[in-house]
Amino acid sequence: MMEIKMTLNQKTITAAIEPDMLLIDFVRSQGCLSVKRGCETANCGLCTVLMDGVPVLSCSVLAARAAGHRIDTLEGLQEEAEEFVGFIADQGAEQCGFCNPGFVMNTIALLRENAEPSDDEIRAYLAGNLCRCSGYEGQLRGIRAYLDWKKEAK
Amino acid sequence: MEQKLKAVGKPVRKKDAMQLLLGKPAYVDDITPSDALVVKVLRSPHAHALIESIDIDIALKVPGIAGIYTYKDVPGKRFTMAGQTYPEASPYDRLLLDQRVRFVGDAVAIVAGETAKAVDKAMRLIKVTYQVLEPVLDFRTAKDNPILVHPEDNWRALCEVGADNRRNLCASEDSGHGDVEAVFADCDEIVEHTYHVKACQQAMMETFRTYTEIDRYGRLHVISSTQIVFHCRRIIANALDIPKSMVRVEKPRIGGGFGAKQTVVAEVYPAFVTWKTKRPAKMIYSRWECQTAGTPRHEMEVHVKLGATKDGKMRALDLYTLSNTGAFGEHGPTTVGLSGHKSIPLYTGGREAHRFHYDVVYTNVQSAGAYRGYGATQGLFALEIAVNELADRLHMDPIALREKNIVREGMVMPAYYGEMANACALDRCMSRCRELFDWDKKAPVRDMGNGKVRTAGMALAMQGSCISCMDVGSATVKLGDEGFYNLVIGAADMGTGCDTILAQMAAECLECPVDEIEVFGADTDVSPYDSGSYASSTTYITGKAVEMACEELKGNMCKIAAGMMECDVKEVEFTGDGVRKLDGSSFVSRFEIASKSMNFNNIAAQTTATHSSPVSPPPYMAGMVEIELDKETGKVEVLDYVAVIDCGTIINPNLARIQAEGGIVQGIGMALYENVTYSPKGRITENSLMQYKIPTRLDMGHLRVEFESSYEPTGPFGAKSIGEIVINTPAPALAHAIFKATGVWHRTLPITPEKILMRLEDE
Amino acid sequence: MLSFNQYVRAQSLEEAYALCQKKANVVLGGMLWLKMQNRTVGAVIDLCDLGLDQIEESESEYRIGAMVSLRRLETHAGLNALTQGAMAESVKNIVGVQFRNVATVGGSIFGRFGFSDVLTLFMALDAKVELYHAGIMGVKEFAQLPHQIRDILVRVIVPKTERKTVYLSMRNTATDFPVLTCALSVLGGRYSCVIGARPMKAALYEDEKGLLAEEITPITAAAFAEDVASRADFDSNIRGSAGYRRTICEVLVRRSVLALQEV
Repeated sequence: MMEIKMTLNQKTITAAIEPDMLLIDFVRSQGCLSVKRGCETANCGLCTVLMDGVPVLSCSVLAARAAGHRIDTLEGLQEEAEEFVGFIADQGAEQCGFCNPGFVMNTIALLRENAEPSDDEIRAYLAGNLCRCSGYEGQLRGIRAYLDWKKEAK
Repeated sequence: MEQKLKAVGKPVRKKDAMQLLLGKPAYVDDITPSDALVVKVLRSPHAHALIESIDIDIALKVPGIAGIYTYKDVPGKRFTMAGQTYPEASPYDRLLLDQRVRFVGDAVAIVAGETAKAVDKAMRLIKVTYQVLEPVLDFRTAKDNPILVHPEDNWRALCEVGADNRRNLCASEDSGHGDVEAVFADCDEIVEHTYHVKACQQAMMETFRTYTEIDRYGRLHVISSTQIVFHCRRIIANALDIPKSMVRVEKPRIGGGFGAKQTVVAEVYPAFVTWKTKRPAKMIYSRWECQTAGTPRHEMEVHVKLGATKDGKMRALDLYTLSNTGAFGEHGPTTVGLSGHKSIPLYTGGREAHRFHYDVVYTNVQSAGAYRGYGATQGLFALEIAVNELADRLHMDPIALREKNIVREGMVMPAYYGEMANACALDRCMSRCRELFDWDKKAPVRDMGNGKVRTAGMALAMQGSCISCMDVGSATVKLGDEGFYNLVIGAADMGTGCDTILAQMAAECLECPVDEIEVFGADTDVSPYDSGSYASSTTYITGKAVEMACEELKGNMCKIAAGMMECDVKEVEFTGDGVRKLDGSSFVSRFEIASKSMNFNNIAAQTTATHSSPVSPPPYMAGMVEIELDKETGKVEVLDYVAVIDCGTIINPNLARIQAEGGIVQGIGMALYENVTYSPKGRITENSLMQYKIPTRLDMGHLRVEFESSYEPTGPFGAKSIGEIVINTPAPALAHAIFKATGVWHRTLPITPEKILMRLEDE
Repeated sequence: MLSFNQYVRAQSLEEAYALCQKKANVVLGGMLWLKMQNRTVGAVIDLCDLGLDQIEESESEYRIGAMVSLRRLETHAGLNALTQGAMAESVKNIVGVQFRNVATVGGSIFGRFGFSDVLTLFMALDAKVELYHAGIMGVKEFAQLPHQIRDILVRVIVPKTERKTVYLSMRNTATDFPVLTCALSVLGGRYSCVIGARPMKAALYEDEKGLLAEEITPITAAAFAEDVASRADFDSNIRGSAGYRRTICEVLVRRSVLALQEV
């Protein structure tokens, strides 16, 4: 066992872990159940979290490596998510919801990097987020509706 | 048909939308204890073998191991894992653990421990010696092969489906009308080919997973990601050989199913562990297990012979399906039926004869199951390409050819159980699709000048709405404090939004806002009986039950109100917000009726209705795809996909559209990217999402979906279904487009760039 | 998943080097490939505290630390300007942004994987790797070393020159492993064509016959492409047959020659 310390959703936490524990299992053990596992080969994007503000696959990062860093999961970004997820809901594009947290996290990362992305830029940035239910088009419509609404509000 | 609807037909948000989008705990692994025993299954490395010895002594000594079970520890009565109405058509060919292993990945031992590491370690220490047997790996050689997949004496088929384990036959049948051979002899043009669809995976994002515990009554309580709570209860009880009354199954939010979870895949293992140890247990399938020991689409070879006149009148159709059910027979006898029954009727117009025959065979590969489309997909792939080829041979526009032959509203369909197409807008779907897609502009082959060409292809589809004379749907509606309603169902929302759609229907009937209907589903102890969410039955069957239950509840509320207003029930009417006297002299609100119902009241303020249908009215669909094909590399880019669907009345346009878009992308994946190959020893190569390529959002172009409504008199508010049909058009439409671009008909999926470039017609 | 009992954050390269001499120990890059191995090792050595996640620019070269992510390469203005966008082109198809934020250039090059877009590109850029013990060597030479190297890849060095580069790949789906990779660069009239994912790893083919010496036309481009395709070795795997790879090698090389004219 080893002890690690990190900032998880803006709270400093200390925990004893086995050295080979993955970040996804660590955050879930800390109650961040939004983070989902969908594969073993880093392909699906369901486990996306932010590490120092950058979207990463928590299934492929050691909890030990995350020690000393800032980790955000959807549990800690509710307000930022609430601003746009309603537009996805208005399309019915959330469907089974299992891909949602990873998709929402990566969209938050996208919009922080590029506040006015084109459709192609949205698709490219979110390419690593698989979805089997919605056919992707509805998610794009939702983000586009959000961006249009935001522009209008200015 | 014009209907003035307030809740039905509205793009209402799903009731769980915000909870899901904000990542709230909702799925099996979120809402069950994390310290349950970890359950894993040791899997066979051989496609066919007998376990000669299995030594678990050392493994048992690993600290934290709670139990290890082998074939010696499990009941000996065979059962099926197929989620179907009892008596199931699928053969009873399963044991929890068997001494004979029948595919690479078949279960050999169940291991339960306190941590995953302990279980993994124990699994490595189990010593198994196998007598390796010759497997049957090629389904074309399976029938009457001396190597039998199920030679056991206690194999049994409960229904007459033409099964014979001594011939590796899971099902077999021959049916038709008219004399196909005579008509063929008289036809000007015959198209005859064999088409091949592989065992594609549903690849839902949430893998199979189940939690089990002993509840306070000593019963087995199962929380599972399942589409079929009631079938699941029965199957678990069968597997464990315990009374059905001792099992309770419920489902939380489910991360997708598409039919995968219409088979009991994971449930039996933790159930067995809990039953034995009396401790909570949980099994979460890895993606690798989903890909290799799941329940994929049946691999089918469909042989089509189509005969027509030279001006395009289709006169006869002979369709033969060879279906590969794999090591076990789940959904084998049933999926094959749709390959003909839900394809041949598409061209009812004037056809003189048809024959539909099939064989379903056992092989030593992963057992197939239910996947959206359920056999119709494979049949339509074959038939639609054949029709497109016919059009090409006759130098006819493929739309014009279809216009001459498709089923139209009012026709009786001899190839569809003799049912009449009471609601059929297929003709309008096709013409609207043509318009929206701009078929006339996109269909011709256009040289882009850089080695690439653009062109378009098309396909039609049909499906069913429920399994007629079989599927049962029920709904319970309850009036609660202050006049809100609970809607309790046994159908499973697996993300499709059926909870919401059924609430919309209830709101429509009860004349209240959708927000005042709270939905619960599904729990075998609590829910009224429902076959489950499959066969595109939830909207059509469970929806009707909702309608009926609401009607009855309204009647009861009127009775309660009449009592309160001291008049006869004939003197009052339901107004949504309450009940009023027809002469206007009195009114009681819903709130007041609810309060009265809980106070010296003998009239039920909750009602349950059950519904089944003698018919299965088909939804219809037209799909058109524009591609850009790189003639130098064979790469296909999907540019634009337009689909127009007739699903009867649309209950929720957003959810209907998303169903279509999701299904289209799955269909594109099946057509171009998703492959299943085996090593010479029967091991699947595409055992992860790294190798099994489902479409990303960069692989599907643009989608546009519209609807043409028809009114199905037997459906709630005129609705039919949409859940499965949506996957059926892309594969044949893409094969058509690729033919236009290259001159080659590819009849085996997936159609990869290499196959296109090297002009490989068949494998 | 890789199992291990000890996690060490190296505080110096020396420490990391010393630790990786032990057979049981493993150096972590992005860990994406290691994570998929089902084996137990002794200790994993993490280089994340050694400041190797920086891209340093001098007048003559870019020095890219081994822990720099593929995503940073993708978005780096200077590297993309230097390579006419080939840097971004070579990595942008790899799985997804989150994946590329985790994958490191050091891990990608050290692995010398057959499917590596990154190795293909850096070989065409005539880049060098700096190993802690063995020193600086060309990527081409490094690629030839035996698989098991008990050394630390510290940085990758890309020289600043007038070199022009183009990167193409063929993939069955947008973000899948490549069926074939092709990087073509030219400096002072000398062409370097690197073909990777053959499925074997990247290999360099120069214009030995001077087919492109006179002028670039569709004809000379085709001749060079045919030459490279005939010289390169290919094999079959589930993503493609040798024959298909050879055919599209010709196509990609020809297209890259013509594209090089445009950058």
